[in-house]
Amino acid sequence: MIHSLFLINCSGDIFLEKHWKSVVSQSVCDYFFEAQEKAADVENVPPVISTPHHYLISIYREKIFFVSVIQTEVPPLFVIEFLHRVADTFQDYFGECSETAIKDNMVIVYELLEEMLDNGFPLATESNILKELIKPPTILRSVVNSITGSSNMGETLPTGQLSNIPWRRAVVKYTNNEAYFDVIEEIDAIIDKSGSTVFAEIQGVIDSCIKLSGMPDLSLSFMNPRLLDDVSFHPCIRFKRWESERVLSFIPPDGNFRLISYRVSSQNLVAIPVYVKHIISFKENSSSGRFDVTIGPKQNMGKTVEGVIVTVHMPKAVLNMNLTSTQGSYTFDPVLKVLTWDIGKITPQKLPNLKGIVNLQSGAPKPEENPSLNVQFKIQQLAISGLKVNRLDMFGEKYKPFKGVKYITKAGKFQVRT
Amino acid sequence: MTDSKYFTTTKKGEIFELKAELNSDKKEKKKEAVKKVIASMTVGKDVSALFPDVVNCMQTDNLELKKLVYLYLMNYAKSQPDMAIMAVNTFVKDCEDPNPLIRALAVRTMGCIRVDKITEYLCEPLRKCLKDEDPYVRKTAAVCVAKLHDINAQLVEDQGFLDTLKDLISDSNPMVVANAVAALSEIAESHPSSNLLDLNPQSINKLLTALNECTEWGQIFILDCLANYMPKDDREAQSICERVTPRLSHANSAVVLSAVKVLMKFMEMLSRDLDYYGTLLKKLAPPLVTLLSAEPELQYVALRNINLIVQKRPEILKHEMKVFFVKYNDPIYVKLEKLDIMIRLASQANIAQVLAELKEYATEVDVDFVRKAVRAIGRCAIKVEQSAERCVSTLLDLIQTKVNYVVQEAIVVIKDIFRKYPNKYESVIATLCENLDSLDEPEARAAMIWIVGEYAERIDNADELLESFLEGFHDESTQVQLQLLTAIVKLFLKKPTETQELVQQVLSLATQDSDNPDLRDRGYIYWRLLSTDPVAAKEVVLAEKPLISEETDLIEPTLLDELICYIGTLASVYHKPPSAFVEGSRGIVHKSLPPRTGSSESAESPDAAPSGAPPSEQPAVIPTQGDLLGDLLNLDLGPPVSGPPVATSSVQMGAVDLLGGGLDSLLRSDVGGSPAMGGTGFTAPSTVMPANLGPPPSGGLGDLFDLAGGVGTLSGSHVAPKTVWLPAMKAKGLEISGTFSRQVGAISMDLLLTNKALQVMSDFAIQFNRNSFGLAPAAPLQIHAPLAPNQTVEISLPLNTVGSVMKMDPLNNLQVAVKNNIDVFYFSTLYPLHILFVEDGKMERQMFLATWKDIPNENEAQFQIKDCPLSADAVSSKLQGSNIFTVAKRNVEGQDMLYQSLKLTNGIWVLAELRIQPGSAGFTLSLKCRAPEVSHYVYQAYETILKN
Repeated sequence: MIHSLFLINCSGDIFLEKHWKSVVSQSVCDYFFEAQEKAADVENVPPVISTPHHYLISIYREKIFFVSVIQTEVPPLFVIEFLHRVADTFQDYFGECSETAIKDNMVIVYELLEEMLDNGFPLATESNILKELIKPPTILRSVVNSITGSSNMGETLPTGQLSNIPWRRAVVKYTNNEAYFDVIEEIDAIIDKSGSTVFAEIQGVIDSCIKLSGMPDLSLSFMNPRLLDDVSFHPCIRFKRWESERVLSFIPPDGNFRLISYRVSSQNLVAIPVYVKHIISFKENSSSGRFDVTIGPKQNMGKTVEGVIVTVHMPKAVLNMNLTSTQGSYTFDPVLKVLTWDIGKITPQKLPNLKGIVNLQSGAPKPEENPSLNVQFKIQQLAISGLKVNRLDMFGEKYKPFKGVKYITKAGKFQVRT
Repeated sequence: MTDSKYFTTTKKGEIFELKAELNSDKKEKKKEAVKKVIASMTVGKDVSALFPDVVNCMQTDNLELKKLVYLYLMNYAKSQPDMAIMAVNTFVKDCEDPNPLIRALAVRTMGCIRVDKITEYLCEPLRKCLKDEDPYVRKTAAVCVAKLHDINAQLVEDQGFLDTLKDLISDSNPMVVANAVAALSEIAESHPSSNLLDLNPQSINKLLTALNECTEWGQIFILDCLANYMPKDDREAQSICERVTPRLSHANSAVVLSAVKVLMKFMEMLSRDLDYYGTLLKKLAPPLVTLLSAEPELQYVALRNINLIVQKRPEILKHEMKVFFVKYNDPIYVKLEKLDIMIRLASQANIAQVLAELKEYATEVDVDFVRKAVRAIGRCAIKVEQSAERCVSTLLDLIQTKVNYVVQEAIVVIKDIFRKYPNKYESVIATLCENLDSLDEPEARAAMIWIVGEYAERIDNADELLESFLEGFHDESTQVQLQLLTAIVKLFLKKPTETQELVQQVLSLATQDSDNPDLRDRGYIYWRLLSTDPVAAKEVVLAEKPLISEETDLIEPTLLDELICYIGTLASVYHKPPSAFVEGSRGIVHKSLPPRTGSSESAESPDAAPSGAPPSEQPAVIPTQGDLLGDLLNLDLGPPVSGPPVATSSVQMGAVDLLGGGLDSLLRSDVGGSPAMGGTGFTAPSTVMPANLGPPPSGGLGDLFDLAGGVGTLSGSHVAPKTVWLPAMKAKGLEISGTFSRQVGAISMDLLLTNKALQVMSDFAIQFNRNSFGLAPAAPLQIHAPLAPNQTVEISLPLNTVGSVMKMDPLNNLQVAVKNNIDVFYFSTLYPLHILFVEDGKMERQMFLATWKDIPNENEAQFQIKDCPLSADAVSSKLQGSNIFTVAKRNVEGQDMLYQSLKLTNGIWVLAELRIQPGSAGFTLSLKCRAPEVSHYVYQAYETILKN
C-alpha cells in the first residue's frame, strides 16, 4: 500500500513529505529526479519508476509532482487515482492546488493526508466526509477560532461515514431547494491535412449542483438514452435501474459532484463544428516560411461557435512570426515556440484569418515535422451528441425543488494536422 | 493568516522558543506551538528534541490539538522509544472514550507507533476495538491488525487476532468487510503460506454482497481478493462474473481494472459457445476504452494492461483501433504504448488507416517515437501480407526524406521484410545502397551489410561496398563485425573469383586481430568450412532461410496467462511476474488461470491436466542478432523437413569432419583443387588454434549444430531391458523374453527364446494380431537350428507398420502368437510408443507454431515427470536419440522450455512443451495432438526415455 508521499515542485524542491508507515528517506526521490532529467519535458516523466527497494508512482498536476513511494505489489491505478483525489481535495479546500496554497495551509494538508489514508489504506476520501472532519479554512473561521479558541476539527464522527450512502450528510437544510445539471460534452478529434476526420469521439459528463434538503431520491431520464452505452457512474447511481429502465436513479451527494461521465464512441458519427484551412510551409534553403490559417463553422446546428483559440507548437527552428489577423489577437512565445491565436466568436460572414511570414533561424535546416493545430472552442446550449434530458423527478421529500439543465459543447483534444 | 508563518522563525533559538511556547499555560499558544512543530516536521526538519514537551500536550479535550500531537508521535516515537511509553496511558484511556471518533483515533495512532514496548500495551485495547459496537472503530481496528502484524507477526498470531480478523469478513457492515479483506490481503502477501484468505462459496457470497455497498477503495480490495478465488465450475464462475460486471461502470478506474481482472480470469472457465461469453466480451470493450480518456498517468497503466488483454483476447478491442491513435500532445510514454497496441490490432480490415497514421507519426518531432513508428510500419508489412507493398513504398518515401534516424530504422525493418517475402521487393536495394554512408548506428549498418551479403549477386559493386565497411573493421561494434564476416563469406561463395582477397582479409581480421571470442570462433568455423569442403560451406552458409514469424514481441503464453492474473498490478505494468521484481520475493505464489471447463472432451479424458492453463498460442520472435550460432549456420530452425536427405547428411558429415579433425584439417593448407577454390589453395592461419577448440566430445557436437537426426540416430533410440513375456510354465517349456527397439529407422523385436523343456523345439513361427499401429513382422521368424533343451537363442525380428490396423485397449497392446513343433502359444505385450517415432519427426518451427495454435485446447494433456534431474540440453539430446526433436528452446524466468515434435509411423504428429523447473528435478509435459488418445502413451515413452 502507499508508504509515503512527497510533493515536489518544478524546480525540484521537496516541499512536503508524509509517511504512513515508517519514514522513507528523501533520497529515494533522487531516482525520480534522474527520470525527470531523462524525460526532458516535465510531462514526459514516466508515472511508474522502479528503484532498488521501492516503486515511485507519480502524477503531475498544477506544476506539482505528487510522488508516492510503494514497497509492495499494489495496483498502480489505485495509487494514481488516490493521488488525483488528494489533488482534488486540495483544490476543493484551498481553491487551488498550488505550492503556495499547500504551504500556506501546511497543517490542514497534514491533517487531511492523515485522514485520507491509514497505514496506506484509504480512509475517507469523500469531500463531504472530510469537510465534516476538518473544516476548510476561511478567513471568517480563522478569526472566529482565534477569538473563541475553538478548532477547525469536527468533534464527532461524520454521519455519512458508515451509512449505505457515505456520500451524503445526514441533516441537510436549504431554504431554496435547487438541482442543476450541466451536460458538458467535449469533442476529441484528429483531423487530417485534407480536412477529413481521422478520429472523433465525444467525452461527455453531467456535472450536478444539488442543494436539496433532507434525503431526496432523484430520477433523471433522457429523451435518447441509447446514446449512453459507455458510461461511468458516481457510486450513488443505482445500476440495476439503469440496466433495466435506462433511468438514472440516485440519492445525490450534497453540493457539486459529477453524476456520470460517458463516451459517445467513434463508431457513431460525430459532427465536427469547425473546419480549418491552413497552409504552413517552409521553403528549402531559405530562412522563412509561409503561414496562413482560416477557421470557419460547419455543422453547428445554428449555434454560435465562441471562445475560439488556436494554438500551434511551431518547430524548434522558428525564430519569430510576422502575422496579421483579421480577427482577434495572436502571441508567439519565442522560448516555447507556441503560437496562440485568440479569436473569440466566429461569424460566418467574415471568417477569421491569420497569415504572414515565419522566420527561421538562419542556417537551420528546413523543419521536417508539420506542426499540428490545437483548436479550442465552445458552443452554448448544445450537446453535440444530441443527448437531451427528458425529466427529473424527486421522491422522498415534499417540497418542490427548482430544476435546471444546461448544455455546452467544447473542444477537447481537438487537433488539426497540417 | 496562513501556515507559512510557521516557517518564518529560522533563528538560532528556534527549538528553545518552541519549547517555551509548548509549556505555556495558554491553550491557544500551545496549539500554535504544536502547529509550528508539525510544520517543521512536514518539510523534513528534525524537531525530535521537543518530544517530551509535545507529549505533555496530549492530555487535552481539544481534538485538533490531540490529532496534532498524535501526528507528531507517529513520526518520532521510533527515535524516542522510552519517551513514547509516556503516551501509552493516554492511548489506553482514549480507547475507552465514549466518542467513537476518539476510540478509533487512539487505536489507529497506536498502531502507527512502531515501538515494541508500546505494542504490548496495544493488544488489549485492540481486542476490544475489534469487537466495538461502532463499525467505524471496528474497521479502523481491522487495519490496525495489519499494522501490528508488520511490527510483530508472532504477537498477532499468538493473540489470535488473525482469527478475529477472519470473522470480520462476515461483519454486517460492508466497510468493515472491505477493510478486513484489505488487512488480510496485506498480511497474506508477507506470509504466502498462511492461507489466510480461505475462500469458499459462502465467503465469496458475502464479499460479493459487500462489494455493492462499500467505498470505491473497498471495492478494489474485494475485487482483488475475488480474483484469487478458483470457482468450482463454470456456473459459479458465470454467476460471479454477472455480479462483478456492474463494477465496469464505476467512475474509479482502479475499480474498473480490478473488475476486468476478475472477468478476464473467470472467463477462462466459460465455454465459448455460451451466449454469456459473447455478452461479456462485448461488455469489456467500452470500459477499457474509457480508461483512455482519463489523465495520462492512468492511460499509461491502462495501456500496459490493454497490451496484455489484446494479446490474450484480441477480439475484445478489434473494432476500437481508432482510440489508440496518437495525439501530438500525448506524453511520450503514452504514445509509445499506443503504437504498440495499434500494431497488435492491425489487420487486413484496418491496415490502410493504420498505415496512414504511422506515416503521419514518422514525421513527428520526438525521435524515439518516430523510430518506433518506422519500425511499426515494417511490422505491419510482416503481419499483414496484403499491405506489404504499400508498407515498402511508404518506407521508401521515408528514406527519401533523408532524415538520418528515419533512414536507419527503415533499413532495419526492410531487412526483415526481405526475410519475410523473399524475392519480391529486392528492387529497392538500389535505393538502400544510396544511403550507405549515412548509416552510423550498428543495427542499421548490420542490417545493410546483411542485405548486401544476401543479395551480393544482384549488387554489382557488392565487394566494393563491403570492402568500404572493412576498412574500419576494428571500430565497428560486434554486431556489425559478425555480420560483415558472414556477408563477405556469402559474397565469396557467390562470386569466388573476385573476392578471395577480401575473404582472406576478413578471416584474418576476425581470427587474428580480434579479442572477441564469438567473432574468432565464427571466423575459425568459416575458415575451416571453406578449407575443408567448400560445397558443404555453400550448403551451410547459403542455406535457404526459414521464414520469420508474423508477430513480434509476443509474451510467452504461460507468462501471459500468469500476467492476466495480475492485471492492474505493478506486474502488469512491467510485464514480468512479481517473483521477478518484488523485493525479497517472499515466496510469491504463482497464479494461474483456471483450466477451461465445460467442454466434454476434457471432462472425459482422465489424463486432463490437473492444473495450469493451456497455452493458447505459441510465441515467436524474430531471431535477434545475438542469436549468433543460429544465425551463423541459418540452421537454428532445423533444415527443411522435406529437404533432400542427401543434403542434410552431407552437411552433417562436413560438420563432423570439421570438428572431429581438430587441428589437422585447420592446418592442412591444400584443399586439393576443389572447384570453388579456384585451385589457388587456401592459406590457413599460422596461429595455433586455442586449445578449447580441439576436438570436442561428440555429444557436444550434435548439440552445437543441432542437426536433425545428428548423433543420436547412430546410437538408436532407447531400448528397454528384456522382460519375460511368456513364462516357460505357460508354454510347455518355451520361455520368451524380449524387448522392442528402433534403430536407424527400423523397428525390431528382440527376442530371447529359451528351451526349458526336455525336448528339442523346432519349426518356430510368429504372428501378430491386428493392432493399433499395424505392427507386423517384416520377415518370418528364422531360427535355423532346432532349439535343444536348456539352449537359448537370441533373435531380432524386424517389424514393419503395414499390417492391418485395429484399435486396441490399451493402445500399445500387441497380441502375439508363437508356434513351434509342440503347440501354439499366445501372449500379449505392451510396446513402448517411441519405437514408432519416425526419424523425420522434426517439425519446422513455423509449422509447429501454426499447428500448436490450430489444435484445440481440449486436446492438450499435461503430465508430470518426477525425479529426473537432467538439464535441458541433456534432455534434448536424450530425447533426440528416440526421435523426439527439439524445435525450439527458451528460458522463461529461470525455467527452460523445450518445444518438441514427434511423428508416429502412421503420420500422427504430437507436439510437446516440456517445462524444466531447475532444482525440482521434475518436468511438466504438455502434449498436443489431433489424436489425443496417444498422449498418455507418448508421456509414458517420455518417462521411459528420460529415466533411462
